Amino acid sequence: MDSTEAIYNGLKDAGINFIVSVPCVNLSKLLNMIDEDDGIIHIPVTREEEGIGLCAGAFLGGKKPAILMQNSGLGNSINALKSLTELYEFPLLMIMSHRGTEGENICGQVPMGQSTPLILEAMNFNFFKPGSPEGAYEDIRSSWELSIEEGKPVSVLLEIKYW
Amino acid sequence: MQRRDAIEKIMKSIDDELIVCNIGFPSRELYDIEDRHETFYMIGSMGLASSIGLGLALSKPDKDIVVIDGDGALLMNMGSLVTVNACSPRNLTWIVINNGAYGSTGNQETYAKDLNLAEIASSVGLKSYSFKDIDLKEIIKDDECNFVEFKCKPGNSTAPIIEFSPVFIKERFMNIL
Repeated sequence: MDSTEAIYNGLKDAGINFIVSVPCVNLSKLLNMIDEDDGIIHIPVTREEEGIGLCAGAFLGGKKPAILMQNSGLGNSINALKSLTELYEFPLLMIMSHRGTEGENICGQVPMGQSTPLILEAMNFNFFKPGSPEGAYEDIRSSWELSIEEGKPVSVLLEIKYW
Repeated sequence: MQRRDAIEKIMKSIDDELIVCNIGFPSRELYDIEDRHETFYMIGSMGLASSIGLGLALSKPDKDIVVIDGDGALLMNMGSLVTVNACSPRNLTWIVINNGAYGSTGNQETYAKDLNLAEIASSVGLKSYSFKDIDLKEIIKDDECNFVEFKCKPGNSTAPIIEFSPVFIKERFMNIL
């Protein structure tokens, strides 16, 4: 299992069948795999907050939704994650390419990258930081059920060194 | 004509369609006019009515979905116009009540006051109509993704606060699907 296959397999085994995305270069291979999967509805969105709305609607319609994005998208989504996802207890799996971590070569990614885990802690949302493909597979596979139990989003942060 | 009158007119064309309704007075007025299990009232996340409606429409292709949105909320999520158009689910009708005001916060003017929102929606590719020109039921039932602008004056009625918890609204809605 390579780093991308681990995520894909985790999503499939969690039963995820509705995915919204805003791209990251580290997610590009994964996004292609999802596009080729007839068992997953994949909707690219213009902004992550919009995607949080789509995921809520998809859950109402019986789907198991996830969002794929850079951690910058967390900042674009905070109010929706609280006043829609948490308020109504919608489950949601958030797979984030965690930029601005060790090995980052774009300085603009660093401030949000450093604050991302702190923001998730302040929001009282569970998150995982797997260090290997095996860990990522297990974290992703189990996150959907955890999200249903908690009635809150659960995040998996994939740091640069993960890839 | 104010928003409440507009919602009353819209509801004359509604039977078993699933409704997603914008936060604030739009949901309160709809609740006061006719509470139904098939309505998802928004209590937060201003701007996302059309996004929730899109996710629902794509997940439930056998149901007709009607979004009741507002001009201020649309301005907050203009990107939704291009996403909805790109997906164009045939079962989605997106109605924007344009009263030119942020009604729930005291009727401050919006930039949509002098805009033709149907023309803007049409320019990105959406089939778009002005409410006064159409039979809404026909538009809901046709095999297209449609955008409808309903122009009216600002002003709120004395509709009560919705007494349900958000989780109750969600579960009641999902139980009929």
